[in-house]
Amino acid sequence: MTAQSMKWFWYASPQTFFPLAGVIARWCGAAAAVLCAVGLYIGFFVAPTDAQQGEAYRIIFIHVPAAWMSMFIYVVMAFWAAMGLAFNTRLSHMMASALAPTGALFTFVALWTGSFWGKPTWGTWWVWDARLTSELILLFLYFGFMALQAAIDERRRAERAGALFAIVGIVNVPIIYYSVQWWNTLHQGASVSLTRAPSMAATMLTGMLIMALAFWMYSIAVALVRVRCIIMENE
Amino acid sequence: MLAAARCIVYRDLLLALRRRSDVATALLFFVIVTSLFPLGIGAEPNLLRSIAPGVIWVAALLSSMLSLGRVFAADHADGTLEQLLLSSEPLGVIAAAKAFAHWLVSGLPLVLIAPLIALQYDLPATLFGVLALSLLLGTPVLSMIGAIGAALTLGLRGGGVLLSLLVLPLYVPVLIMGAGSVDMAAAGLAPDGQLLLLAALLIVAAAFAPWAIAAALRISVE
Repeated sequence: MTAQSMKWFWYASPQTFFPLAGVIARWCGAAAAVLCAVGLYIGFFVAPTDAQQGEAYRIIFIHVPAAWMSMFIYVVMAFWAAMGLAFNTRLSHMMASALAPTGALFTFVALWTGSFWGKPTWGTWWVWDARLTSELILLFLYFGFMALQAAIDERRRAERAGALFAIVGIVNVPIIYYSVQWWNTLHQGASVSLTRAPSMAATMLTGMLIMALAFWMYSIAVALVRVRCIIMENE
Repeated sequence: MLAAARCIVYRDLLLALRRRSDVATALLFFVIVTSLFPLGIGAEPNLLRSIAPGVIWVAALLSSMLSLGRVFAADHADGTLEQLLLSSEPLGVIAAAKAFAHWLVSGLPLVLIAPLIALQYDLPATLFGVLALSLLLGTPVLSMIGAIGAALTLGLRGGGVLLSLLVLPLYVPVLIMGAGSVDMAAAGLAPDGQLLLLAALLIVAAAFAPWAIAAALRISVE
């Protein structure tokens, strides 16, 4: 093994990663708090009121970043799962398990805030919109992953079975997304659409990007704290 | 390689033939579930006609899922599965053969009986062909995806409920395309697009699912 690849794998050992994870988690946690405060301030006080939707639109500062994270975390989770299966590294599997609850949380938050936004804007808590439906199915996939890992007592099998399911899931996510989108256009026509015609004011976009960054930092911090707990439990 | 696959399909069919009640139960489940909907919703013919494709497809999904537990469970219990894993034949071929046998036992009867259910729902006879064809293309995908879940949950506590949580979200595209094709035909449009997409799903599943099933079996029986 060359020196270069040694460096790559140095932190793949749970023992060496444990202190590093602690440091990164602390910094990312602090960054998340600061960014969240700034983002929410911009969202609630600086950003102008939307001409069409009034104040109700302000939920997007939580909703859109949460929806981004929910999908992105699944990809990261599947990536670590694949790494775990390919290189047989325990830490990769631990990362996948640590990310799942955060991903499920963001999926739930996206659905929840979405229905809060939908009630005043569309007049209904839920529509069978393509994005809502695929987000719901994504939530089921997260639950399936966690339930499968929880049901298996033997750790090695739990990790590898969960990893395989995550990979099967990631192959299916685009197929599910496009089939749901197609189903939606067939069944209910274009009654409501999430794509909004007017382009966003710059401050709104800034607020949303800062919130997205805050959620990134939060996810990293929480996943690393959780991975530290998993390391403590197992090593 | 093909001889091994044929042998496994033959063996599984023989086992199913010896335990006929298992096969009949899944089929009866399909018939009973579809009979419950008119009782719950009301027997208004127009309503029944419009929900028929969806109801038949959802019932087919559930019925196919219920019998998944049997694909590997008995072989796992009596040690046959370990012998299969040790055999020199590629495990993917064996896995594909198991999934195919499951489809012959649980999917094909649904294809044959579905027109009868459609009759109960007052679906026009012109749609029977599309309904049967969509089930013919879709149910093998269900068997293959389901076999991945069955292999992952092999021998677990509460495996059945867990299995449904794992595979039902993955069944969504098949359900949409399957029921959608019949809806299209009912609306007087050509269902070719959905049927071709179903066929595409079938090809993709046939290419990748056997590997996934094999990997899942290796993980579960280590």
